[in-house]
Amino acid sequence: MSVTAIADRVAFGTGGVTQPRLIKSEWVKLRSLRSTVYSLITAVVFIVGFGMLLSALRANDIKHFGIGGPERFDAAAVSLRGLFIAPLAIGVLGVLIVTGEYGTGMIRASLAAAPRRLPVLWAKLTVFAAVVFVIGLVSSFLAFTLGQMFLSSAHVGVGLGSPGAARAVFGGAIYLTLVGMLAVGLGFVLRNTGGALAALFGLLLVLPVLAQALPTSWYNHVFKFLPTPAGTQIITTVSDPSSLSPWDGIAVFAVYAVAAVAIGALVLRRRDA
Amino acid sequence: MIEARRLTKRYGEKLAVDDLTFEVKPGIVTGFLGPNGAGKSTTMRMLIGLDAPTAGTARINGRPYSEHGAPLREVGVLLEARAIHTGRSARNHLLALAATTGIPRRRVEEVIDLVGLTDVAKKRAGGFSLGMGQRLGIASALLGDPATLILDEPVNGLDPEGILWMRNLLKALAAEGRTVFVSSHLMSEMALTASHLIVIGRGRLLADVTVDELTRMASRDQVKVRTPEAARLRGLLAGEGVVIAGRDSDVLDVSGVDSTRIGRIAADAGIALVELTPQHASLEEAFMEVTRDSVEFIAPTDSYELQAVPAGRSAS
Repeated sequence: MSVTAIADRVAFGTGGVTQPRLIKSEWVKLRSLRSTVYSLITAVVFIVGFGMLLSALRANDIKHFGIGGPERFDAAAVSLRGLFIAPLAIGVLGVLIVTGEYGTGMIRASLAAAPRRLPVLWAKLTVFAAVVFVIGLVSSFLAFTLGQMFLSSAHVGVGLGSPGAARAVFGGAIYLTLVGMLAVGLGFVLRNTGGALAALFGLLLVLPVLAQALPTSWYNHVFKFLPTPAGTQIITTVSDPSSLSPWDGIAVFAVYAVAAVAIGALVLRRRDA
Repeated sequence: MIEARRLTKRYGEKLAVDDLTFEVKPGIVTGFLGPNGAGKSTTMRMLIGLDAPTAGTARINGRPYSEHGAPLREVGVLLEARAIHTGRSARNHLLALAATTGIPRRRVEEVIDLVGLTDVAKKRAGGFSLGMGQRLGIASALLGDPATLILDEPVNGLDPEGILWMRNLLKALAAEGRTVFVSSHLMSEMALTASHLIVIGRGRLLADVTVDELTRMASRDQVKVRTPEAARLRGLLAGEGVVIAGRDSDVLDVSGVDSTRIGRIAADAGIALVELTPQHASLEEAFMEVTRDSVEFIAPTDSYELQAVPAGRSAS
């Protein structure tokens, strides 16, 4: 048996743990899990596939029955509709990259390598947010372009130059990225896959439904500030007076994401791993 | 060099680690022994900052673990529960850890070869046997070529060949001048590997001794004498502080007199001795003796957790 002798310890120089190195480590971790690939493919299929499907159906509908209704038709939002279900895939992955480490014990190896814990959280967040943003932007753009092709066949398609369209495409990627950050934050807060997923989808999906139990006067004040109604305004190009403006909405959604990450950071620092 | 000073960890009402002070020196294998639930893993987690002590401090190579700029280069850690993501391949697991400290890829390949996982490095760790998992854990610990190793139950789940490999590896690492701190609940294993022992029970330090000292501490100081003239010898030996128990008609268990004196007395009286054996407690017995009052769970003798049952206290 050969073991590198202690005298040879200079055989490789390293230096210390740095933020860029932690980011590289998290990148290796993210790309080496199957769940990453599956979740990201699912998200792309949701955004592009669902956007195309809905656009095709709407185009067909409009060709036969006209545009109908008093409201202005939001062509951009129809093609970006997949961004409403993509959070399922991104949320699951965001939770898993954290709780998967707690569940398997990997977190102890991660924190033993980087005992100043918080940089690990920043690295995870940076890598995941960057990946989600890039994939979100590409698929959002694809969904818009392909969706508008269908809608154009019914003469209701718009271009990226149309008011709000570019912002909706770009904003879709921001929304998805913030969903990812919210998921990572909740993962660090709860450390448990089931719990974090329940909390995430409770916030995103259940809360807006529960709000319907409120008296109407309250509901009108509260509903627009809930995560999903606020965050998804950025994907619309037709303003709705009962909702927040696109940028106000995404700012409110960002507050939820930042709060989850902040609590997650606090828990990571304070609690035993 | 590992130094624990008055290390204490409290979980609600329960003191898991109680005012533990010890030092682990380089160049030898130091065994960290205690029955299940004695606080070994908690202590080790506090050493590397995974758990915050309720009180006290732990230093490794002169500073708290978290103050090392490149902890992987200072301390190699193998934790009891496998700290490996089951969905990741062995190589990627090591590459991810190596990346945190800028450890080159060739070192990753080196440790994979060293622990004998070359053929399965591409496979997902979730499919590994317990023994392969332990080898991957050792590979992670050796990644930074650290001067200090903290290994929690490294022989758990290894087959006999793996245990032998681990034993030799630990001794080799210590022989190179590294500090090697290894926990176990198996005295017999530590007897073969360690030269110094830190024994704890219910979170308290019970002994901080060399292996030889521990044996002596728990020695029963008894001499077994076999002679055809047992009855006559019994009469001659009788005296103050001497206790004699007869096993068979020709065997005496004598305490209070050493074997030299018994031999002399017998010779003087012309009694032929067929056997004269000082009885040392085995290390296993010594360990049980030391931990007698601090065993967390007492199981009946037919339980497989026999190591944790102190002699003479088991249910009949």
